[in-house]
Amino acid sequence: MIAAVLHTVLASGDAAGHAASSFPILPVTILLPVLGVFAILAVPSERGDLARLVALIATSAAGVMTFVVLAQFATGDAGFQFVSEATWIAALDIKFIVGVDGISLFLFVLTGLLFPISVLAAKPDHDPKGYYAWLTLLMAGCLGVFVALDLFLFFMFFEITLIPLYMLIGKWGHGRRVYAATKFFIFTMGGSALMLVSIIALAYLAKAGDASTIANISFDLQKVVASDAVSQGAARWIFAGFAIAFMVKTPVFPFHTWLPDAHTEAPTAGSVDLAGILLKLGTYGFLRYGLYLFPEASITFAPVMVVLGTIGIVYGGIVAAMQRNLKRLVAYSSVAHMGFAVVGLFALTSEGLTGSVLQMVNHGITTGALFILLGFLYKRRHTYEIDQLKGMQKVAPVFAGVFTVVMLASIGLPGLNGFVGEFLVLVGTYLAYPAVAIVAGFGVIIAALYLLWAYQRTFHGEPDDATKAMPDLRGSEKLIMVPLIGLIVFLGIYPKPVIERIEPSIDRVIEHVEAEVPGWSSPTSERGSQLAPVEGHGHDGEGGEGATHAADTEDHSSEGESQETGE
Amino acid sequence: MLDAIWLVPALPLVGFLVLVFLGKRIGEPLSGWLATAMVFGSFVVSVLMGLSLLDAPDHTFELSLFSWIPAGDFQVDIGFLLDPLSMTMILFVTGIASLIHLYSIGYMHGDDRFPTFFTYLNLFVFSMLMLILGNNLLVTFLGWEGVGACSYFLISFWFTKDANASAGKKAFVANRVGDWGFMIAMFATFLAFGSLNYTTVLPEAPGLAIGVATFIAVMLFVGAVGKSAQIPLFIWLPDAMAGPTPVSALIHAATMVTAGVYLMTRVNPLIAASYEWVTWLIAGIGALTLLVAATIGLAQTDIKKVLAYSTVSQLGYMFLAVGSGGYAAAVFHMVTHAFFKALLFLGAGSVIHGMHDEQDMRRMGALRKLMPITFGTYVIGWLAISGLPPFSGFWSKDEILTYALNKSPVLYAVGLLGALLTAVYMGRQVFLVFYGEPRWNDPIPEDAPATAHTDDADDAPVDEAAHAADAHDEHAEVHPHESSWLMTLPLIILAIGAALIGFINIPFGDLDFLTRWLEDVDDLHANEAHLPYSSATILLLIIVSTVVASLGLALAWLTWIKGVLPRSLWERRFFLKAWYYDELVTRFMGGPGRALFEAIAWFDRTVIDGVVNGVGAGAQLAGRGLRRVQNGYVRSYALLITIGAILVIAFMFTRLLVR
Repeated sequence: MIAAVLHTVLASGDAAGHAASSFPILPVTILLPVLGVFAILAVPSERGDLARLVALIATSAAGVMTFVVLAQFATGDAGFQFVSEATWIAALDIKFIVGVDGISLFLFVLTGLLFPISVLAAKPDHDPKGYYAWLTLLMAGCLGVFVALDLFLFFMFFEITLIPLYMLIGKWGHGRRVYAATKFFIFTMGGSALMLVSIIALAYLAKAGDASTIANISFDLQKVVASDAVSQGAARWIFAGFAIAFMVKTPVFPFHTWLPDAHTEAPTAGSVDLAGILLKLGTYGFLRYGLYLFPEASITFAPVMVVLGTIGIVYGGIVAAMQRNLKRLVAYSSVAHMGFAVVGLFALTSEGLTGSVLQMVNHGITTGALFILLGFLYKRRHTYEIDQLKGMQKVAPVFAGVFTVVMLASIGLPGLNGFVGEFLVLVGTYLAYPAVAIVAGFGVIIAALYLLWAYQRTFHGEPDDATKAMPDLRGSEKLIMVPLIGLIVFLGIYPKPVIERIEPSIDRVIEHVEAEVPGWSSPTSERGSQLAPVEGHGHDGEGGEGATHAADTEDHSSEGESQETGE
Repeated sequence: MLDAIWLVPALPLVGFLVLVFLGKRIGEPLSGWLATAMVFGSFVVSVLMGLSLLDAPDHTFELSLFSWIPAGDFQVDIGFLLDPLSMTMILFVTGIASLIHLYSIGYMHGDDRFPTFFTYLNLFVFSMLMLILGNNLLVTFLGWEGVGACSYFLISFWFTKDANASAGKKAFVANRVGDWGFMIAMFATFLAFGSLNYTTVLPEAPGLAIGVATFIAVMLFVGAVGKSAQIPLFIWLPDAMAGPTPVSALIHAATMVTAGVYLMTRVNPLIAASYEWVTWLIAGIGALTLLVAATIGLAQTDIKKVLAYSTVSQLGYMFLAVGSGGYAAAVFHMVTHAFFKALLFLGAGSVIHGMHDEQDMRRMGALRKLMPITFGTYVIGWLAISGLPPFSGFWSKDEILTYALNKSPVLYAVGLLGALLTAVYMGRQVFLVFYGEPRWNDPIPEDAPATAHTDDADDAPVDEAAHAADAHDEHAEVHPHESSWLMTLPLIILAIGAALIGFINIPFGDLDFLTRWLEDVDDLHANEAHLPYSSATILLLIIVSTVVASLGLALAWLTWIKGVLPRSLWERRFFLKAWYYDELVTRFMGGPGRALFEAIAWFDRTVIDGVVNGVGAGAQLAGRGLRRVQNGYVRSYALLITIGAILVIAFMFTRLLVR
């Protein structure tokens, strides 16, 4: 495996033909934390500070690389960029192919952002060397999973993320850590087993020629997508196998109960990366390996998924409101927020899918920030119990102010990042399932209820004696929060740079689905059908590339053109 | 010139940003002056914009700043729409906000978090201006939720007291219920039009399917009901009095709460395209609210609570106007109300200040000589809200009543009854506070049923008590005094406005300037009800209104000054307890509502997670059972192999048989 990576690094990708792929930036990015792990292992056990430094350097270096990818990403190009390819297991045509498109770009960058921050945000209470090694390895897995373009490679990275997190929770967690870690592991493993079966079955069925030999078999995502050998019935079963793995990971109701336990017992960095990155593996998987591979099955199962997502939104919010532990509360709020991502995804509209990807990114930022703040809180008070906290705003106004901004973003206040994704999801959902959007909208009310209520009980009121001794945020802690708060505000006011990179890839997926499933077209705004036709506005069924973007002002249509020409 | 419209919201935003980062360093009172200057600058720019707008074609100007959320067909810009409606609103919002900022420098003097207060206040003004100026529903919604958040911050400004914190949360959540409706309306609008821009959507509204138009209009009305505190969502506004008094004046009287009326006026073509019952719904809710709130106002003992219910009631009038097709009348009342209600709240604040944070009217009395400026200006506000000519409230309320009569005599009767009650409860307040014997150090009478002090957390005067809870008991002797010029100057300016602003729209001849100014808005003029009344009829109606208002004031005089009528006639416990509606809601939320939430949480713990743990336990149990099979005896393995072989063979036979 590592040999394959090295091979791509040395042979510097001959695939794809994209200019930027001359330097194998993606494999290098994944390799940096792996090297970091080896370096940490070489550090003497008693030098925890050194292990931390190495981890910080490795994760930061990878983080910088992700931002280089972001900077060089060609906006408007819907396909995969920075593609690197190397043969890994030739007999089975398993390859090390990585590439990034609009869908994975920001999840990749978010990984690069959150890991260095989570290294900085909290220290383990014992055995730092092992802790930092696992954390750094986790980053490699997360980076890999978002850029893998080979089914087998994807599965491998998907599994690599599992063990480090299991170790982080089980060894460095709080009270019931072993129970939580085991539960997490068994749940996810159960899903993964089904996914493995599905991947192998798919590779067999999709290949050309006789299905009973391994001749011509391939795990290359693009080749599998291009194949039309898989029957409709088989595709639905295989989709179901993938779907259960992703539903556990997201998590979708009723597969969510591992999450509150895992979050509550995980150390701060574990919670941050779990909520910020790992949950997105589920929804990302649905998009890349569900919708893209199985358009017909996705459309068939979409109503079920939309309903389950909506249940997650309302139910997650209600259960969150009743929690007595802040971490559990945020964990259940994640169920609700990821419910939005699921609903938007399976609404199968351009707005919904774009909103869904945005929601994944935004949830990673806000919930990551919330868990970091809870980590700061734990460092001071050694508790997450709401009952034991009171009146913190008076004693720690800066902490309270930062918490308030993150909380309002999580509630979905317009002008902050959370709103944009949620709103697009709901707009897109309304086009396809109006009733669902109306019910899911209740989630917006409930979110205000549980977060403000929790805030009132912990931050408002007269501080008790234990609170009075609590210090406010230190300078270094403020610095950690700066990029997150900055992103929360920036992406709330000006999400365009993100949306315009995501959207072409989303439209490409929709076009793919429309081409694969005859007679189906993505629901769009009714303008033109209900009223007398006004200009040539709107999504025009099939094709729809240029006209999709031809909007009502010159400003927009010029954008549409520039997207086409790839700027 | 009009391109500079962005400056109007930008100035308070700059003030906010400066204060967020440097507020503590700038300190008191400079941070207050900075904030005031920013808002005043915004007012000046608004005036200049107004002058330029007079020359603009159709008195309309649209400006798009940048693309906010561009996703597929969904294209929303941060953009502004300046037309006579938004122009009128930004003028009075920035003007009154400047005065209230100035007043706050005096009022908040000595507060630990003086700069923070102004930080929130500037953010509020920014959000309010975005709400008004947005050229599409989503920018309006940005401001809409922004003012809600600021309202939350400012209601719970003195957060160490639990009741204040509760009130803030309650306001936000109740508002969110309305916001849900607003959001659904936007989804439906986008589905139908492919746009959220007013200038795209509204002209096409007449072609919309009537069912869709009705749905959108009703959902927007749900939003308006939440923000403008109408039945059934009005319960948050009285609690919102927990905030500092300038906040009550600015946010919970003059500006934010009128946003619902603004929204309904803005989307009037959608209402016109709906089924007619929508207008009846709006007028009905308005009429019901104005009457119920007025009765509650009769019995309140807290000086600010009276004004709070009065605000709910006056907003009811505005919705009555909207529902009756009197959009210009609604806007007119919004403007006059902003002046006289801001004046009354600031006057109440001055009284509270002078009385060392006393808010119970039963412990006031005889203040007219000690606080002459406050008293004089308060009287103008009082006469204006009571609807006596020639003060401003008279003109606007009368116009609404005329439209109500045109809609239905019942609505007119309700409006008139409300006007009578308004004069009574406002008369009661003025007589209790400024006339009679001083009762400054009296104990609160505990047993009189109509005026009993309640201990309910929701009902207790939650306000500034926390602000100076300790000061309260130490100063056993209260010595009322007049407030400083910072507070009285705004009172005087507002009083002039409250007296004269009615003259912008006199219903005779060509004197209806405001109505004609608003004609260029959307289809406002086309969608207005056209009154069939002659000048003589209108004059008659004016006389009726005047008589009713005078009667109300006379009744109040007979009750609270002369004692001819018993106070218990008005001060009923049922009214004091706000028809027990709030209590009912609180009980429901605390009882069945909470029980439902608990039940769902229980379900999650016990059923969903129970299944998971059950599967785990089952697997362990099975493992323990199967372990016995691995016993190490060759003979038992041989047995198992045999059984297995037999099963396989049997299976193959069945396959053969089937074939």
